[in-house]
Amino acid sequence: MTDTAPAQGFFTEDMTISVGPQHPSTHGVLRFVVKTDGEVISEAIPDVGYLHRSIEKIGEKVTYHGYVPYTDRADYLAAMFANQAFCMAAEKLAGTEVTRRGEFCRVIACELNRLASHLISVGTFGQDIGAMTPFVHALRERETINNLMEEICGARLTYNYIRIGGVGYDILPETLAKITQFLDHFGPIVEEFNRLLSGNKIFIERLAGVAVVSKEDALSYNLVGPNLRGSGIKWDIRRDIPYSIYPELDFEVPVGTAQVGSLGDSYDRFWVRIREMQESVKILYQCLKMLPKGPAISKVPKKFRPPAGECYARVEAPRGDMGFYVVSDGSEYPYRVRIRTGSYTAMSIIDKLSKGIMVADLIALIGSLDVDAPEIDR
Amino acid sequence: MQAFIDQMIKDGAFAGVPREVVYAIAMVVTALVVLSVFVAPLAGVTSWLERRVWARMQSRVGPNRVGPQGILQWLADGIKNIMKEDIIPTAADQKLFPLAPYVVFMGFLCSFVVIPFGANLIVADLNIGILYLLAVTSLVVVGILMAGWASNNKWSLLGGMRSAAQIVSYEIPAGLSVLTVVFLAGTLSMQGIIRAQGWAPWDWFMFHNPFTFCAFFLFFTAALAEGNRTPFDIPEAESELVAGYVTEYSGMRFLFFFFAEWGNLYVIGSVATTLFMGGWQVPPVTDNPVLLGMLQFVTFFLKAYFWVFVAMWVRATLPRVRVDQLMALCWKYMVPLSFICMLGTIGFMFMDENGRRIFGALTLGFAIATIINFFRRVGFQFRAAKPELYWKPHI
Repeated sequence: MTDTAPAQGFFTEDMTISVGPQHPSTHGVLRFVVKTDGEVISEAIPDVGYLHRSIEKIGEKVTYHGYVPYTDRADYLAAMFANQAFCMAAEKLAGTEVTRRGEFCRVIACELNRLASHLISVGTFGQDIGAMTPFVHALRERETINNLMEEICGARLTYNYIRIGGVGYDILPETLAKITQFLDHFGPIVEEFNRLLSGNKIFIERLAGVAVVSKEDALSYNLVGPNLRGSGIKWDIRRDIPYSIYPELDFEVPVGTAQVGSLGDSYDRFWVRIREMQESVKILYQCLKMLPKGPAISKVPKKFRPPAGECYARVEAPRGDMGFYVVSDGSEYPYRVRIRTGSYTAMSIIDKLSKGIMVADLIALIGSLDVDAPEIDR
Repeated sequence: MQAFIDQMIKDGAFAGVPREVVYAIAMVVTALVVLSVFVAPLAGVTSWLERRVWARMQSRVGPNRVGPQGILQWLADGIKNIMKEDIIPTAADQKLFPLAPYVVFMGFLCSFVVIPFGANLIVADLNIGILYLLAVTSLVVVGILMAGWASNNKWSLLGGMRSAAQIVSYEIPAGLSVLTVVFLAGTLSMQGIIRAQGWAPWDWFMFHNPFTFCAFFLFFTAALAEGNRTPFDIPEAESELVAGYVTEYSGMRFLFFFFAEWGNLYVIGSVATTLFMGGWQVPPVTDNPVLLGMLQFVTFFLKAYFWVFVAMWVRATLPRVRVDQLMALCWKYMVPLSFICMLGTIGFMFMDENGRRIFGALTLGFAIATIINFFRRVGFQFRAAKPELYWKPHI
């Protein structure tokens, strides 16, 4: 506690508040120890570790095939990407080929998952700012995506769809038709969402110029994904370290443009997500058009034993660069598995950004960084 | 009501009983009748309606199980909350904590004394009606501060502080907007203000001149802020302050706060109607006093409820402002604007009758054009989004 003593001996005292772990807008179980002077925050110390489930350690005890469902739980809002990153790492170790149709199915499933994840992100962000209706509208659209996912792989949240060598099930033609129908409907919905929330004067006033992350800070704190691009740095794993079939697809990498405030403020990060949804729709249309025929998964032995070695595979998940570092000792079980996720580094910058902002802005900041509790601790 | 008892005393109905006793009994009976017959169901039904309206705006269904369309949901909620355990935290102030909800509730309930539901349907037509109303609604802030302080919880304290700053600030633009009407009517009595207007829209104070039109919206905005409604619901902002000043309350005490909030919506609507929209004034269609009274009541109720609906609509649409923006909005924009409105209206009072008519007509024309433009935009959005329209009143 620091006492500040202005003139005439008027003493004020800092107040220490514990935000979370049970707080309506900490998106799961985050905790911040916040020191405030009235409404103005002087310090917000993140307290991580509430959702640690030892996913990395479990990886040493199960087979490569058996570990794929566990990766779902690393980030339950974007399970497909963790599936893909781990499978890519395993394939790299063993030199397994992925079938071409399998790659397309992966990208279709991943981009649908990105839409679902971003819908949650922008919807709950609106709710954090106090707008209730956009949240429900976003969840309504996500529900349609969940239905599509159920048709594709039988699960609505933890997919276990991408397997080593391809995907678990081929996407049926009628499902493809339903995806096209959904995309036709989704484009106008994003515009409606923008009219309702993104263009709202109060919403812009709340976010413009709040919690500005400069380019240097974004790089030195190792922000990834939309948080990094919000600061105006054009870096996307899909474009810069291409994997899967992304080099064949035509898409933009949206970056923050400081359209309402300063570059790298909360609104820029939000707006990057909205535009990424539109880019995902573009990618999905192309994939549906280019989808080749053939098997969805290549022949992979049941007893999967990659040769001894190590490798790192990374994908562009909705919360940024997600990487799996897998070490093999030639046995059926991975020797070590380590996961690198975007939310963990995003948490580290909150302390720096929270100095001098208000309690309401802290909530906006957490929402704009899109930190996701399971992803922080794994 | 008061006039009625005065008349009865004059006629010697209560001969031998001291006047004070008669008035005391009449007061208690009136308060009970108003509370049980009108205010409680009104606040309850408003809570149900708000949830239904919200649900429809958010493509959900909303409460539809208790009674037809779920209209008795408020009874179920009330019974549930009465049966809940009444928790007073050990660290809370043992006297102030239980008292706070009733102070809030009293502040809101007292305002029903001067609300004119019809030409003869008013508890007491005080000659300082509107001033009394502004004064008693300020009691709410005392209750909220009490709740925030007595809970001994940091979230509650922040919520209470925010609320005090907000309500005290917004009383200034609200009061100044009310003053414009008081100048025009020349009286503070609620019935007097209504009698100074007519039944037709061009006789309403809202369309008297451009400044009163502006003052109406200033008043409505300030009233929303005083009632802690979105976009000014920062004292209980649940995404920031958990539940603000009601964090530690549960059961019936919790309900009392929300009882007051939903009831307050109707008070806001009826004050706006009284001051700016002609109140219970109806065209002279009948001479039957009972029929006329009912017609007046329905007219007043519908006008007031329209603004309740608008408040629900605003709540479903807008995000919440930040506490410093809230203060800036009040002191930088609304206070100067309401002063300009007041001075402008005083200027208009010196204008001759014809000039005033022209400006009144222009204001009304502007309002109609705005409404037409609004519906055109709604039509455009409908065509753009191609929504699936359906009529399923049973869900």
